[in-house]
Amino acid sequence: MEQGPAGGSGSAAAAAAAAAGTGGLLLPLSETEQQRYSELFSRCCPPPEAAAGGSSVGELFRASQLPPDTLHQITEVCGAKRVGYFGPAQFYIALKLIAAAQSGFPVRIESIKNELPLPRFMALKNDTEVRYGTPAEFHGVKFQVPHATLEKNSYKRTDEGDKQEPKSPPMSPICSPPASPSTYQRIPLSYGYGKARSGLEQQHGAPYEVKHSTHQQDGPSSGNYGAKSTLTCSTPNRCLSVEQQESSSQYSDDPWRITEEQRDYYMNQFRSLQPDLNAFISGSVAKNFFTKSKLPIPELSHIWELSDVDCDGALTLAEFCAAFHLVVARKNGYQLPETLPETLLPEYLQAACLKPVCDCALFDSHSEPLPSSQPTRDFSRAEKSSAEEAPDNSALLQDGKKDDKQALKVSTTLKTIPKEFQHLTVKAAAQEPNAFRARPRSRSYSSTSIEDAMKKGEEPPTPPPRPQKSHSRASSLDLNKIFQQNTQAVRSGWLPPPPPALPPRPSASQTEQPSEVELHPQMNRPPSQAEENSSAKKEVVLAQPPSKPARRKLRTEAQGLETPELSPTINVTSSLPAAKPHLPVQKQSSKQKRAIQTAIRKNKEANAVLARLNSELQQQLKEVHKERIALETQLEQLRPVTVL
Amino acid sequence: SSQALWLVLPQNYPLYIRSVPTENELKFHYTVHTSLDVVDEKISAMGKALVDQRELYLGLLYPTEDYKVYGYVTNSKVKFVMVVDSSNTALRDNEIRSMFRKLHNSYTDIMCNPFYNPGDRIHSRAFDTMVNSMMMQVC
Repeated sequence: MEQGPAGGSGSAAAAAAAAAGTGGLLLPLSETEQQRYSELFSRCCPPPEAAAGGSSVGELFRASQLPPDTLHQITEVCGAKRVGYFGPAQFYIALKLIAAAQSGFPVRIESIKNELPLPRFMALKNDTEVRYGTPAEFHGVKFQVPHATLEKNSYKRTDEGDKQEPKSPPMSPICSPPASPSTYQRIPLSYGYGKARSGLEQQHGAPYEVKHSTHQQDGPSSGNYGAKSTLTCSTPNRCLSVEQQESSSQYSDDPWRITEEQRDYYMNQFRSLQPDLNAFISGSVAKNFFTKSKLPIPELSHIWELSDVDCDGALTLAEFCAAFHLVVARKNGYQLPETLPETLLPEYLQAACLKPVCDCALFDSHSEPLPSSQPTRDFSRAEKSSAEEAPDNSALLQDGKKDDKQALKVSTTLKTIPKEFQHLTVKAAAQEPNAFRARPRSRSYSSTSIEDAMKKGEEPPTPPPRPQKSHSRASSLDLNKIFQQNTQAVRSGWLPPPPPALPPRPSASQTEQPSEVELHPQMNRPPSQAEENSSAKKEVVLAQPPSKPARRKLRTEAQGLETPELSPTINVTSSLPAAKPHLPVQKQSSKQKRAIQTAIRKNKEANAVLARLNSELQQQLKEVHKERIALETQLEQLRPVTVL
Repeated sequence: SSQALWLVLPQNYPLYIRSVPTENELKFHYTVHTSLDVVDEKISAMGKALVDQRELYLGLLYPTEDYKVYGYVTNSKVKFVMVVDSSNTALRDNEIRSMFRKLHNSYTDIMCNPFYNPGDRIHSRAFDTMVNSMMMQVC
């Protein structure tokens, strides 16, 4: 039924347009995918709203038959967790991720760059429209079993399927453009097959099922699904290329054009590196920053060449925005141009009103401002300069306000960059809740400080966690050094080494601390002292290097005093996943000061240790030297008799 | 006509090699290599302020083919060697100097790129474009 797709596309036009704009920019969506996603989205979210309801989305995800962990991961990665709702962008990304997961790819942003089949969902009960009359080219999509007669069976099976463990391979291709025109009804059909397939396991890696309506009669025969995704690869290519063209045309006609949100985001990032928006970012700072994007160095070099128009080795705000935009575009799969596009020229960007402090712009009802805050924090962590206080605070304030808006939020214009960083930072954000959960668990100074630090480190960018971490010592400086090794494996490349939340003390639940502290001092007095002396971390954690239990207690008391200061952060951290609360400015400064002080102390201690080691080695060298001289003289004494 | 351009580090390690047309490349390699000795000689002879552009006319005139080899040294002792056909008599001294100046500017721009580690081979697309246009102009 060719009308099917037309009808579907017509109905979903509005959503599709928005979706295409964002989806196209973020990742190419084929027409079928677009239709499918927009339909699903409209199903989950009535048209007037812009965000999908959580419950319907949850239902849909569960219907994908993926394990709950995967679904959680997908939710985090797509950015919904971070922004707190499922906007079109997050939804589409989530759908793509579901498809990726069903294909056997890991749940990562990179996976969805490939061509993927449509995600399959079991038993979406209310979904019976004919959706995809997709061109026959798109085979491989799930079932096409449009027979009404089968539906009954399928529904029955679906129920069974629903009861099945979510671990069962995803089956029911809800949205599978049937290869054969006759099969346009979707979803229900698939169920039957899904279920019957105990051999669904094979489906794990094969999101694509080659189906033909005729085969349906075979029933759950897995034979239908023998086909592998490889079939579909060829077809999506065409769709994708078309999609890209469409997307580029839809997205303000230019993927190289920077949108308002992107610009705000870039400016925040710039601020995190360099508080004065009229000043430059030096080359080395920018290099570190862009290296975190994990693009290969030659590409980064080329991006720099393109964006540093005046070739002075430093980036102005406009140049930085251009460079950042190029990085994001590259990460999204766009090839780098040979010359700088006109819309990225500094003059153009400056003319397009780059406001140095666009607080007002930030408070616009942009759907995606939030992501920027988090990445800001990420990068600010990485950069570590005490001068970041002001930008951080402003960013935080903005974040707070954004959070307010977010609750309402309608993400109509999702741009790649925010999404990009959503994904990247969502991981961080996702880890934050874990960190928070983890923190209460491990409190002991001695052995678990590292774990604590790692876990706390996982709450990356949010300033609130920072103060908590180590008596507001969270600033990047030491943290990076300390936790570089530890946290590399833990986090994604975008997250700078998290501030090592030193020991549990600053942790969120202050109540636990006193008890732990008391216990610890008693039990660990000698060892803790030794440990503290030996472990730089501990020392960092404790403001005073000699860690005596009594002092610790005092510290906890002191911390109690700090509690008012920290409590907001604690509250913040607890509500972190959803919102970024405002932080007082002074916390930042004292935190950073303390961080610097601890860093200095640590360095001094390290110096002392090395100096000692050096002197010892020198001593040894002298002794060995003496021995050698003695032996040589002996030799000489013995020799003259013979040598002459 | 043919020509070649080499950028060579102080340790006589090549940073950038470009020849047009490429089939004569081996000959250019040889030519440039020998000319490097002459360049070194001139550098040591000069002693002070080598910052100014220098010109080296080698007069490597083969019986069959003539080449003019020009040299240029930056203040960081990076040598630029350019080989052009003697048949290309249209090239005057000033043009060579301006070409070297352009090269030096482009080289400086590359240095400004924080992602470039001094000593790496130069892969910059902008630099390639500039060299291409320059060589097209000469040929």
